[in-house]
Amino acid sequence: MTVSTVEAAPRRQSPRRAPGGLLDPRMLWKSLPDAVRKLDPRTLWRNPVMFIVEIGSVFTTVLAIGRPSVFAWVITVWLWLTVVFANLAEAVAEGRGKAQADTLRQAKRDTLARRLPAWPDTAGEETVPAPQLERDDVVVVEAGQIIPGDGDVIEGIASVDESAITGESAPVIRESGGDRSAVTGGTRVLSDRIVVRITQRPGQSFIDRMIALVEGASRQKTPNEIALNILLAALTIIFLLSVATLQPLAIYSKAANPAAADDATLTAHGMTGIVLVSLLICLIPTTIGALLSAIGIAGMDRLVQRNVLAMSGRAVEAAGDVNTLLLDKTGTITLGNRQAAEFLPVDGVTPLELADAAQLSSLADETPEGRSVVVLAKTRHNLREREAALMRTATFVPFTAQTRMSGVDLATDGPEATRRIRKGAAAAVMKWVRDHGGHPTDQVGGIVDAVSASGGTPLVVAEHVDGRSARALGVIHLKDVVKAGMRARFDEMRRMGIRTVMITGDNPLTAQAIATEAGVDDFLAEATPEDKLALIRREQAGGRLVAMTGDGTNDAPALAQADVGVAMNTGTSAAKEAGNMVDLDSDPTKLIEIVEIGKQLLITRGALTTFSIANDIAKYFAIIPAMFAAVYPSLDTLNVMRLHSSTSAILSAVIFNALVIVALIPLALRGVRYSPAGASAMLRRNLLVYGLGGIVAPFAGIKLIDLLVQSVPGIS
Amino acid sequence: MGDTTAAILFIATLIAALAVVYRPLGDHLYRVVCSTRHLRAERVIYRLVGVDPGGEQSWSGYARGVLAFSAVSVLFLYAFLRLQNHLWLSLGLPAVDPDGAWNTAVSFVTNTDWQSYSGESTLGHLVQMTGLAVQNFVSAAVGISVAVALVRGFTRSRTDRLGNFWVDLVRVTVRVLLPISAVAALVLIAGGAVQNLSGGTDVHTLTGAVQHVTGGPVASQEAIKVLGTNGGGFYNANSAHPFENPTAWTNWLEVFLLLAIPVSLPRTFGRMAGGDRQGYAIVAAMAVLAVGSIVTINVLQGSHHGTVPTAVGAATEGTESRFGVLDSATFAAATTLTSTGAVNSAHDSYTPLGGGVTILNMLLGEIAPGGTGSGLYGMLILAVFTVFVAGLMVGRTPEYLGKKISAREVKFASLYFLSTPTLVLAGTAVAIVTGWGRAGMLNSGTHGLSEVLYAFASASNNNGSAFAGLTVSGTGYNTALGLCMLLGRFLPIVFVLGLAGSLAAQQPVPASTGTLRTDQPLFVGMLVGVTLVLVALTFLPALALGPLAEGL
Repeated sequence: MTVSTVEAAPRRQSPRRAPGGLLDPRMLWKSLPDAVRKLDPRTLWRNPVMFIVEIGSVFTTVLAIGRPSVFAWVITVWLWLTVVFANLAEAVAEGRGKAQADTLRQAKRDTLARRLPAWPDTAGEETVPAPQLERDDVVVVEAGQIIPGDGDVIEGIASVDESAITGESAPVIRESGGDRSAVTGGTRVLSDRIVVRITQRPGQSFIDRMIALVEGASRQKTPNEIALNILLAALTIIFLLSVATLQPLAIYSKAANPAAADDATLTAHGMTGIVLVSLLICLIPTTIGALLSAIGIAGMDRLVQRNVLAMSGRAVEAAGDVNTLLLDKTGTITLGNRQAAEFLPVDGVTPLELADAAQLSSLADETPEGRSVVVLAKTRHNLREREAALMRTATFVPFTAQTRMSGVDLATDGPEATRRIRKGAAAAVMKWVRDHGGHPTDQVGGIVDAVSASGGTPLVVAEHVDGRSARALGVIHLKDVVKAGMRARFDEMRRMGIRTVMITGDNPLTAQAIATEAGVDDFLAEATPEDKLALIRREQAGGRLVAMTGDGTNDAPALAQADVGVAMNTGTSAAKEAGNMVDLDSDPTKLIEIVEIGKQLLITRGALTTFSIANDIAKYFAIIPAMFAAVYPSLDTLNVMRLHSSTSAILSAVIFNALVIVALIPLALRGVRYSPAGASAMLRRNLLVYGLGGIVAPFAGIKLIDLLVQSVPGIS
Repeated sequence: MGDTTAAILFIATLIAALAVVYRPLGDHLYRVVCSTRHLRAERVIYRLVGVDPGGEQSWSGYARGVLAFSAVSVLFLYAFLRLQNHLWLSLGLPAVDPDGAWNTAVSFVTNTDWQSYSGESTLGHLVQMTGLAVQNFVSAAVGISVAVALVRGFTRSRTDRLGNFWVDLVRVTVRVLLPISAVAALVLIAGGAVQNLSGGTDVHTLTGAVQHVTGGPVASQEAIKVLGTNGGGFYNANSAHPFENPTAWTNWLEVFLLLAIPVSLPRTFGRMAGGDRQGYAIVAAMAVLAVGSIVTINVLQGSHHGTVPTAVGAATEGTESRFGVLDSATFAAATTLTSTGAVNSAHDSYTPLGGGVTILNMLLGEIAPGGTGSGLYGMLILAVFTVFVAGLMVGRTPEYLGKKISAREVKFASLYFLSTPTLVLAGTAVAIVTGWGRAGMLNSGTHGLSEVLYAFASASNNNGSAFAGLTVSGTGYNTALGLCMLLGRFLPIVFVLGLAGSLAAQQPVPASTGTLRTDQPLFVGMLVGVTLVLVALTFLPALALGPLAEGL
């Protein structure tokens, strides 16, 4: 979050795939004390699966003390390690957030606020500590001072250093009115003076919420996580039942075969407690149970690494479910502005003539469109040098909403009369031509319509020389430039089953053309904030989840209505309040990455659940023959791994069960590999890797551990 | 024609015949449950019982209907059994004792048809016809009604109405079960099954002894016994008795009838859900499990395991020579896969692993294809689990037929899934440590354990077949198994209806390419895998000490 963090972790690695942070082995070691602290049953009971493991560990400890043996103690130690490893996963995930929270706290130093109690009267300024500021208090902040709380600028303009929260060192401009009025507590004013109305109560500021979020303190279980927890609890109950009812059957079986000798696993009193607990712990879904909360924390963390703050885990999860993505055209799909793409002369005018006139009329035009006309004339027709004399006589006519055109009047000293050049909206310029005695041909109209139909904006250029009738010279074709790679991105979205809708203020014809070029599925033309809201409601009424970005105050209702509303950090505080995520980079294309992270979070949970359950098959093949082969030698057929002895088999299964948690911590933190694809392809791949892999891996792992532990004295 | 060829032909023609009826029978059921018309006979019934056929019920209303109807049925049947000596056609038989009456009443109302009595020497014709046979019809109709209510949960949106239980019950009975049973009974009579009200005749056997052979309304009861996946035989010997199942081709017909409705219901589901392929996916999963089980049990029974079977060429003990070892094995697989529980051979005499497969079939939860209705809802619950895990793996909140599978749905599905394994495992464990439990066992060791496990699997899953060997007529087993039948039937039904209510209230999510496809081979494969893994993980320890230890 701070500059240093950003340097350490590259902000955007490959745009194709949601990357994750790497696990530093030192993190494991550093988190160990936290992991041990989490053994406290008062916190552990929230995770029912691991709570059962802890109860089992306590039980075996008691048994091992009462009847010590190498086997009993080794099992006991590994059962405790299972719980510690699970806690470790959570502690490591939280630890990464804590480091970020610490740097954030530095930004939240004790600040003094200069409150103006009588605003708009600036008299009676008083100094109060920032935490005592209430909503609607008005404060003044000057260069070098820290903004004491979240709020809106109500007077003045200032450059603000927001690196404390965005990690971006370049200062940003904040001014009253408009969509750039929001300021964040803890950021520093670099120049000028602003008056800020506080919009947040103390302790609920943006930075407070950020700290709580990255620390995981305010983490609540998300809907899918709750559902998965219910499933895991049900599986745990089933296995508890399966193991508990096994004891009577074991006693019965032992009694039916009095000839079989007692061994470390089964006596006339049934299976030993150690073995029963071992079986239970191996069967209940400890792998996913141990990693579930780490996966959730890491998912939020991945968002934070991309400078996105999600106000709730629910919003992250909803991002994975999004059906419809509303994207603003400008800035997201197209580069900020239209650019001149072509000069189209009419009625015998040469292209050079038109380019020359167009450039002259745009020389004083500071808008990006005007600049692009100058540049095009320069690159196409090599028009760059302008006679100094000519320029001296030039009078520029600025654009107004009434005339809807701009231009230049060139008064020449010589015999030639004044030459007026105008460029602007077709209707306005044509009227100007007619008013000055010209009779434009149909050719102009034809070209204008053609340009409009192709999604471009036509600007008509005309000239009028005193004494002659005005004439149209031709048309400048202004075009929206679609950002590189957007089409591929939208194709990807389509494969993921997400519909993209472009929002634009353009007319439907223009919108249609850009939509086709960019490859979005649909568009909303001439969009007002009300239209946006109505579109979201319509989509939601059809059962679809909608995601959008926005920054202006008039976006706030739509942001609040959308299932995933990403507010730009540059936007107003109303927008930031309404959305459920804030993008500190204010990059509207980030929405696509957010969707990918949401999906990755769910996939990781599903994949590890599958893996965890698939593991049980191999564990049965290890433990069942180990427990009963003494009574029923035929059951040794099931010992397909040819494990050394009953004790080494059970111990190997327990050790594998514990180690697999540690082995999967990096995966839980990073998330499983995700590349956009259709549901079927994704399911096939994940089933192959985590389903089939989950069946096969423990056979190899348990056998390997068995080879090692059979040499331990007292085990075999 | 060799035995193997005959067995293959038996199975192949069965599959072909089921494939032929899948669409017409499924479509007929669809029209019956979705129709807005009432037959005159049905209107008379509604007026008699005071039901407004137009009024639909919420899930709890529907559940109350099922429970109330079943409670009244149990009480009525109990009274009937206890008072039969005062009624007509009792053939001079005494009243049934209290625990036997309780067990039998529960057994027939829950579509289990577990029989701790011997039919011909315990019950008169009136009780058989108007007590047991009536429950054979309505208990099957209850199962179909509940399944239909669950499907409505998937297909309806933003409503708390799941249909009218009484209308579903009456329609399924009147328009589906009665006509098919009538035709089937006539065909069985043509095949040699008896249908009379005779008190029986004394016959002299070859050895000179006198044997009393009871007659009765057998064919009519036999038809609904198999069609409604009930399984309660008129005679103690059940479908091995020549009056119930006279020839090899009636044997084929009975297997066909007991599979017909459960196999066709996925078609009804697909039609209601607006996608025939959804139905094909469910029936495909059922078929993979069923064919796998039938082939396995045929191979195990025919593969000469053990001394005696090796000497005679197959595991002939306990089988009828009219049907042969292999066709009996197919019958055994079909009857345990469908929660029917009719038997034409003694499963206790099967090879240990063959008998183990019949237990496993029941432990699957009666879903391949399962009982009438209960098979479909059981399979849909497993599909919900599969969708949940698979849905997460494609990166979306899991959804099935457009309905989100979230906490509430997972809760109901989990409760459903916990019900029967709890009853089976707890029941077996209790029986094996108690005096009455062990006293009933014929065999000791692994086989004795298999007998008890079979009994509780059968009762809790509402199958009703018995492993034989176990004496279950005592108070202990009558009470315990009665409880298992009752809870094993109605707990899942309540959870299914709860799930249906939760689904119906939802707004469906439109499908996209990001949605998990539930009508493709990949999903079918995963559904089969999830079913096998969940069942194997739950029951493997118990199975290891029974059939596996004995058979490996």
